[in-house]
Amino acid sequence: MKAQLNTLFRGLGLCAALGLSALPVGAQSASGPLRIEITEGVIEPLPFALPVFIADTPDMADAAQDITRVIAADLRGTGLFREIPAEAHISTITSFDSPVQFADWQAINAQALITGSVGRTSDGQMVVRFRLFDVFSQLPLGDGLQFVATPETWRRMAHRVADQVYSRITGESGYFDTRVAFINEEGPKNARLKRLALMDYDGANVQYLTGSSAIVLAPRFSPDGRSLLYTSYESGTPRIYQMDIASVTHRPLADLPGTMTFAPRYSPDGRRVVFSVERGGNSDIYMIDLISGTQTRLTEAPSIETAPSFSPDGSQVVFESDRSGNQQLYIMPATGGPAQRISRGSGRYGTPVWSPRGDYIAFTKQEAGRFHIGVMRVDGSEERLLTASFLDEGPTWAPNGRVVMFTRETAGTNGAPALYSVDISGRNLQRVATPGMASDPAWSPLLQ
Amino acid sequence: MKLLVKSSLMVAMLGLAACSQAGLGGSGAGGMNGAGAMGGNFDPASPEYFNQTIGDRVFYAVDQSTLSAEAVATLDQQANWLLNNPSYTAIIEGHADEQGTREYNLALGARRAASAQEYLISRGVAPNRLSTISYGKERPIEICSNEACYSRNRRAVTVIAAGAGV
Repeated sequence: MKAQLNTLFRGLGLCAALGLSALPVGAQSASGPLRIEITEGVIEPLPFALPVFIADTPDMADAAQDITRVIAADLRGTGLFREIPAEAHISTITSFDSPVQFADWQAINAQALITGSVGRTSDGQMVVRFRLFDVFSQLPLGDGLQFVATPETWRRMAHRVADQVYSRITGESGYFDTRVAFINEEGPKNARLKRLALMDYDGANVQYLTGSSAIVLAPRFSPDGRSLLYTSYESGTPRIYQMDIASVTHRPLADLPGTMTFAPRYSPDGRRVVFSVERGGNSDIYMIDLISGTQTRLTEAPSIETAPSFSPDGSQVVFESDRSGNQQLYIMPATGGPAQRISRGSGRYGTPVWSPRGDYIAFTKQEAGRFHIGVMRVDGSEERLLTASFLDEGPTWAPNGRVVMFTRETAGTNGAPALYSVDISGRNLQRVATPGMASDPAWSPLLQ
Repeated sequence: MKLLVKSSLMVAMLGLAACSQAGLGGSGAGGMNGAGAMGGNFDPASPEYFNQTIGDRVFYAVDQSTLSAEAVATLDQQANWLLNNPSYTAIIEGHADEQGTREYNLALGARRAASAQEYLISRGVAPNRLSTISYGKERPIEICSNEACYSRNRRAVTVIAAGAGV
């Protein structure tokens, strides 16, 4: 665990400042009865107690409050956990290392207890420590952990704690220490100003990556989370650009053919990009190898072929085509070749996105004047519609493949887009916090 | 469309002042509306005449890019105007209504722009005078969410610009 977590921290500029080590906490249970099986669908959220983290020194009290609040919000937001309010707590945690009075937490029916502390090192780094307990077996669930980083990264440390708790209880990896790229929208419906923006998955730390002088659309993360592909009108016609997030610099993806290039998506290894090229009104799918620069045409049909997305092993591409007369989903080898139609229901299917786990394909379905976000198995079976509204579109997967985020736009002259997320079970539909109108979300991988 | 041409001729006979030489074309939402009630005794060689008397746009059925008889009639006049006024080029903007996914609508808008472009070329307009751009559903001209607006947003707009072809 320790080695694995340390690996996660290599990478971004943050890593120099952000260290991590497992606390020597003694006893440890393998995996107690405290467990949520997400696949079975959680009807009754698991109750947890999260007393405010202990401030090692009085000047850390605000930070301890803030960090505790973010952890609680992460867990509650999943719909899998229910927080027992502090007013109901019988026991008070006065020291991170004092023994837990399990009977007091059992009495209020807490199943999980999270304790922690926030302190500071002599060189000004913030230290966040936590332990997770299974209240009824009276055992810790996993090791205590500590995160050491610059104080400005306190939100990421809180998300890391929540990811650990989520992961230990569900057996799935978390998705809180992530970001979302999206399109910020302003102005009236017939003259929208659009900017490429980036924020933490929970809406904090919004950053704008482009101005609003050119229309920008549909950002997509690289698998290392460091760059974005998107479509911009900055040259006059829609073309694909690549944005380096750290330096906020962008450039055309490559010298690509066609009048319009759009719908880009990276391969899982980040070495290739699939995208659409439009020429003379006809759109087809191409692939570029970013190392060699070689471009390959993957489809050659008079119909519209667009919205390609790689399988997690990079060997196949799911895409949409109206070759049958209306939009449907198809899978072809990543080298091109014969495509198999997978969507079988009535209505139109678009924007397929392969789950990072490989088990599902998320899509937009349009039928009888309504839009839906749905998921289906890779062979098209087990289609499940998760949402329904005037206009839902463009799902993007949380890195653990359990939640999708999408655009929901309301109808009418004052219609406005916003971001929503929903479990692949169809539960826990939530609006995602954004500073204003927002569309085209792209969920990052877990940050490194 | 015939009716509208007639009404603008009537307005012209009434001798209302013509609009002054306005900026060329306009992008996206297309400030000039070919089917609008504006009129005037435009110089037949002017972009205003093209935009308002001939009509700068054609409309499409849901999820279609085939040209209706009305669209063909408009494009025939556009072609004649372009042939008679060789010092102008045109950018054809393709648009979709909001009832579609973003990237599909980009592709659909491109298809519509190309359908108008191909027709103009078939009527003798030099290909190097015509370019296309798709706005997908990014630039609706009408903003209600029903067919009355959608039918006006599913359009290809021929935006006239000064300059010889490339």
